[in-house]
Amino acid sequence: MGYPHPAHPRETPVISRYFGDAEARTLAGWQKRGGYEVLRQALATDPVDVQNVVKDSGLRGRGGAGFPTGVKWSFMKPDGKTHYLTINGDESEPGTFKDREIMRWTPHQLVEGAAIAAHAIYAETAYIYIRGEYTEPIHRVREAVKEAYAAGILGANAMGSGKRVDVHVHKGAGAYICGEETALMNSLEGRRGNPRIKPPFPAVAGLFAQPTTINNVETVSAAQHVLRHGADWYKSLSSPANPKSTGTKLFSVCGNVAKPGNYEVGMGFPMKEFLWDLCGGPPAGRRFKAIIPGGSSVPILTPEECEGAVMDYEGIQAAGSLLGSGGVICFDDSQDMVRQIARLARFYAHESCAQCSQCREGTAWTTRILERIRDGQGTMQDLDTLLEIADNMSGKTICVLSDSCATPVVSGLKKFRHEFEAKIPKNRSSVMIPGFSPAAA
Amino acid sequence: MSLHAMAPDGHDAHTAHVPVFTGARRAELDELLTRYPTKMAALLPALWMLQEDRGWVSPEGMAEVAAVLDLTPAYVKGVVSFYTMYHQHPVGRHFVQVCTTTPCNVCGAEDVVHAFLRETKCGELGVTSPDGRFTVIEVECLGACGFATPVMINDALVECVSVDSVKDLVAGLD
Ligand SMILES: Cc1cc2nc3c(=O)[nH]c(=O)nc-3n(C[C@H](O)[C@H](O)[C@H](O)COP(=O)(O)O)c2cc1C
Ligand code: SF4
Ligand code: FES
Repeated sequence: MGYPHPAHPRETPVISRYFGDAEARTLAGWQKRGGYEVLRQALATDPVDVQNVVKDSGLRGRGGAGFPTGVKWSFMKPDGKTHYLTINGDESEPGTFKDREIMRWTPHQLVEGAAIAAHAIYAETAYIYIRGEYTEPIHRVREAVKEAYAAGILGANAMGSGKRVDVHVHKGAGAYICGEETALMNSLEGRRGNPRIKPPFPAVAGLFAQPTTINNVETVSAAQHVLRHGADWYKSLSSPANPKSTGTKLFSVCGNVAKPGNYEVGMGFPMKEFLWDLCGGPPAGRRFKAIIPGGSSVPILTPEECEGAVMDYEGIQAAGSLLGSGGVICFDDSQDMVRQIARLARFYAHESCAQCSQCREGTAWTTRILERIRDGQGTMQDLDTLLEIADNMSGKTICVLSDSCATPVVSGLKKFRHEFEAKIPKNRSSVMIPGFSPAAA
Repeated sequence: MSLHAMAPDGHDAHTAHVPVFTGARRAELDELLTRYPTKMAALLPALWMLQEDRGWVSPEGMAEVAAVLDLTPAYVKGVVSFYTMYHQHPVGRHFVQVCTTTPCNVCGAEDVVHAFLRETKCGELGVTSPDGRFTVIEVECLGACGFATPVMINDALVECVSVDSVKDLVAGLD
């Protein structure tokens, strides 16, 4: 199987098992591989029992925050209200491209996972929100949904269970912020994708003001394997050293690395072996200079900090960063960190939804200062200003996009300060405004 | 019923809007409305239909969408302008989006952008080439970071585009 490299013997392909296998995309192919049997069982099981198996497995949300999935599901009570499930397929975090592969290669895995999760939270309707740029994944998932309806797997009497399960695909239109759960709900409702102030939390009043659960594509895909093989089996896939991070995780790897791609390993996998044995290390003749281990919004690590780190929520935190969405971005020693961090800040400035001033102004200001330093026009004072702005952007806004911009800037400044300083002309104490002469003013 | 009928030089800036939501499209929209508890929720899908059929989201198109979904044109415009994928102006026959966010940029994405600007004769980002064939823009992360540099040409994603492959890629487009 040549996806895009042959599977490494140290990988544990559960979710990614059928990546590259075109037959698994079809309903017949998915059923041949045991597909939809777990859904059939789940529909005959009390939702609380489904929640409990997932709780016992220790599965945590794969969208970034790592919240325990079974616990999240258990917030939804049979209260007679209309419940909604929303599947987050917005995946726009730079460095992360795992959900795309789940949707491209195993769309029925997602549809089945969505239907199971809907049942577990007493919902009849699930919306799968997929970013607009994902034309092929959208097409694949839509086809899978169509096939599932035609076969009676979805609809008014799903698999003959007497229960209604509807799954709809909703296409985004280009906005990173719509991956934030409340922004996604606004977008689905036909509004601008502005995050909402919490509380109320989605479990109380989410989509269309009804109790709502939102789960990442990888999360619900993993949940069905948990139900199929049991909580103990799922826990056995990860390192026994840390019972708080269980099962497998799909990591996306990109940037300056020999073999970029998606790799599924058990939680607790040693990062050094991951980067070298699986991903082939840095490009030939180069050395790693920096690694961002969890998508672009987490702190930057130096290769030394990655040395003894293990890849699970607590392990990466102990190394000084976060597991996040599992997007590993590699920088080799040819990179100008100031230029790349400035480019990252520009991403956040572009993607800010602009409702909080700290974020709207902070991301733009940070970008301008970083670009000025990049272009050799900065001052030493700018470095302090950057930290000051970052401080004002963190923990003070409606959502954490603002913090996400500040994080790589602060960690970049801390760990690569010499590169910033090297770009600042000596004795430059104030900013030169082109065409402005203090004498003439 | 053009919202801004004439350009300053007296030239009609917009061809008359032909309604989108008639016949099969209307039926498609009606089916879509059954999936949501509110009409408003069909706004993004309706705008997608408009753009697919007309190539861009014109003020007249927005007014039509507003009318079919019981919204105001101002509201619709507010939503349209929030999202980057709706074209508020006509674009070239081949709309080329090159990802230059950091993970792609460390792999040389900016050079790929320059190669596109050169080969398409667009010269500048966002400016349609004189022959109307191309518009090139930079985009933020396309979610294909491991296949740098990914480029979206209309609806198709081309992975692993390098400076060397741009020439052939452009030559292969009509
Ligand atoms: C700015 C921002 C962007 C986000 N983008 C995504 C995303 O693209 N995909 C995703 O699944 N979660 C994303 N999240 C996290 C979601 O808000 C939410 O926590 C997640 O979808 C919950 O699913 P899980 O519990 O299965 O992880 C984002 C959060 C923030 C603050
Ligand atoms: S922090 Fe930024 S993106 Fe988040 S709600 Fe505020 S302005 Fe919008
Ligand atoms: S950064 Fe280019 S596709 Fe993600």
